[in-house]
Amino acid sequence: MSARLTHLQALESEAIHVMREVAAELSRPVLLFSGGKDSIVLLRLAEKAFRPGCFPFALMHVDTGHNFPEVIAFRDRRVAELGERLIVASVQESIDRGRVAEERGPRASRNRLQTTTLLDAIAEHGFDAAFGGARRDEERARAKERIFSFRDDFGGWDPKNQRPELWNLYNGRIRRGEHVRVFPLSNWTELDVWEYIAVERLEVPSIYFAHEREVFARDGMLYAHSEFVQLIDGEQPFLASVRYRTVGDMSCTGAVRSSAADLDSVVAEIAATRVTERGETRADDRVSEAAMEDRKIAGYF
Amino acid sequence: MSLASAGLLRLATAGSVDDGKSTLIGRLLLDSKQVLADQLQHVEEASRRRGAGMVDLSLLVDGLRAEREQGITIDVAYRYFATARRTFIIADTPGHVQYTRNMVTGASTADLAVILVDARKGVLEQSKRHAYIATLLGIPHLVVAVNKMDLVGYDEETFDAIVRDFCDFARGLSARDIVYVPISAKHGDNVVERSQHMPWYGGASLLEHLETVEVADDRMAGDARFPVQWVIRDHDADFRGYAGQLAGGVLRPGDDVLVLPSGARTRIERIETFDGPLEEAFAPLSVTVLLEDDVDVSRGDLICHPGAPPQLAREIEATVCWMADAPLRAGARYAIKHATHAARAIVDEVVDRVDVHTLTPDPQADRLGLNDIGRVRLRTSRPLAFDPYARNRATGSLILIDESSNDTVGAGMIAGGAPEAPAP
Repeated sequence: MSARLTHLQALESEAIHVMREVAAELSRPVLLFSGGKDSIVLLRLAEKAFRPGCFPFALMHVDTGHNFPEVIAFRDRRVAELGERLIVASVQESIDRGRVAEERGPRASRNRLQTTTLLDAIAEHGFDAAFGGARRDEERARAKERIFSFRDDFGGWDPKNQRPELWNLYNGRIRRGEHVRVFPLSNWTELDVWEYIAVERLEVPSIYFAHEREVFARDGMLYAHSEFVQLIDGEQPFLASVRYRTVGDMSCTGAVRSSAADLDSVVAEIAATRVTERGETRADDRVSEAAMEDRKIAGYF
Repeated sequence: MSLASAGLLRLATAGSVDDGKSTLIGRLLLDSKQVLADQLQHVEEASRRRGAGMVDLSLLVDGLRAEREQGITIDVAYRYFATARRTFIIADTPGHVQYTRNMVTGASTADLAVILVDARKGVLEQSKRHAYIATLLGIPHLVVAVNKMDLVGYDEETFDAIVRDFCDFARGLSARDIVYVPISAKHGDNVVERSQHMPWYGGASLLEHLETVEVADDRMAGDARFPVQWVIRDHDADFRGYAGQLAGGVLRPGDDVLVLPSGARTRIERIETFDGPLEEAFAPLSVTVLLEDDVDVSRGDLICHPGAPPQLAREIEATVCWMADAPLRAGARYAIKHATHAARAIVDEVVDRVDVHTLTPDPQADRLGLNDIGRVRLRTSRPLAFDPYARNRATGSLILIDESSNDTVGAGMIAGGAPEAPAP
């Protein structure tokens, strides 16, 4: 046996430690599971942290109603396989109850609306900690965020007033109404996640692999032609071999041209890419220089 | 706690505002081809908007809106890059605002610190403070990067004088390994590629050094320390396991073990993971330990070998970095977290405060203010099973928490303690 850990073993061990600390120090945690690759890794880490016991938390998906059907099918299959409990918080219900109003027009997205649904669900269930799959390499504001990231009673993040986080001593103390977002994958990169998926032989939704899809070009990205997006004059759907690097709404997640049809080719493609995953595929980050920071301050994932 | 491995090096960078630290990190990322096209395009646009002639590489790392607007760094930022040889995590600690607090945070998990010195200014008080804090936090490897060599004509004598100054100062520090590299972060000399401008320098470039420095994991060689985090039960399978991350040494099935603070003795029946049982578990692996006897073990307890236990004490002395506006004074009470153990503590005495200018202790001090460092005597509500910080960073560290605000207000490195009287 090797006396040293590979970097993936070191990251895994750190993440398991973080998850167990949350289970021990907070009374009602929840794990946010979207069916995307990062939260798929979170679920495996939860198995490593708590099996043969049950997870000491439920799983929750904030469902915008605009998800890829392949991802929803995968989500339900994976949850059933684990035998754990899934809560679905629905953006459609938030709209129906008048908590949020649907955006209009060809660029309408439910991305921002998710924040209200998420915060309402956290309050309704009394969750005091929510695991998320966010990574610091994803985006500039996230590079500054703690592993235990404190949220005030409005769900907001104050980037200038974060608790110091020393050694592996996490401070999970909060007051009623406040909660912490916990990011066990903080120190992982996109490539680490894919290598881990390959090492652990984890199943991921089929849209991560190259497939034929009807897409159209907008703002330099390729979007799926679906009932959730209105075409603007001149936009012509066409068939292309694409895959997704991130899993979000059909309305704001772009596909990349790819022929990577299996895990090894995806890992090779990510290792060689010259563009970040959010830069390449997420319209939600392109709104302004500080788009992610602004949404996080408001309580986003 | 550090997670050094052949594959992963955690480093912290320290420097003053104008030492070019962000530029250095930007250069490392750029020249090791870790900056992707959209990030570079973003930085080029931002540099143009700010009227900078060259691409301002510091814009790659300053993440928050206020930082970009004010051209400062507010908080510790973490950066990731990999070469064919190693994966790196950089904790980039800002040099001015709340400087001690940020540097201590970034340094607490680092195996190596890069300290920037401006070649034109030489070894300033601030550089000494950075080196002092890095060694205080137990970082075994220091790199003194003498930056802006282009502005002193790549002069060998200037570099040598700085090395001599720093060596004189460093004799008083416990750093085991200090390496000096002359660089220009702006132009890339000796950052990734060796410089054509300094043929007199025969050493490795900064990145070559980071890729090859031998980061021995002392914790594996140390005594076994297993703080219990969580008890895993499965009633159907009659499974009761103690989950945690090894904080030192090696455990094997069949080992005789001691549980602290109770003093119970038993043996390890087996060591489990999701991927199956292990023949041995070493720090910093996260595992689940099953014991032969039905002894009372819960979160906060520590499992070790009976021949090499940690110290057990309620009265301890620790060096504390204070991180709150309201000063720490004798008589104050705090919640503390030590390994997986929560307790309360009373400050019995502020022993001294280090003068951050002269780096000498002032025994007259009776309080620690924001960003001060000093020795403190604490009395805890329950005994702590600890090692001196110099022996084990994981079992020798603690945080102090204000019970009314819940804020983390202090970082403590335990020096020693008064032994507990044996139970009657």
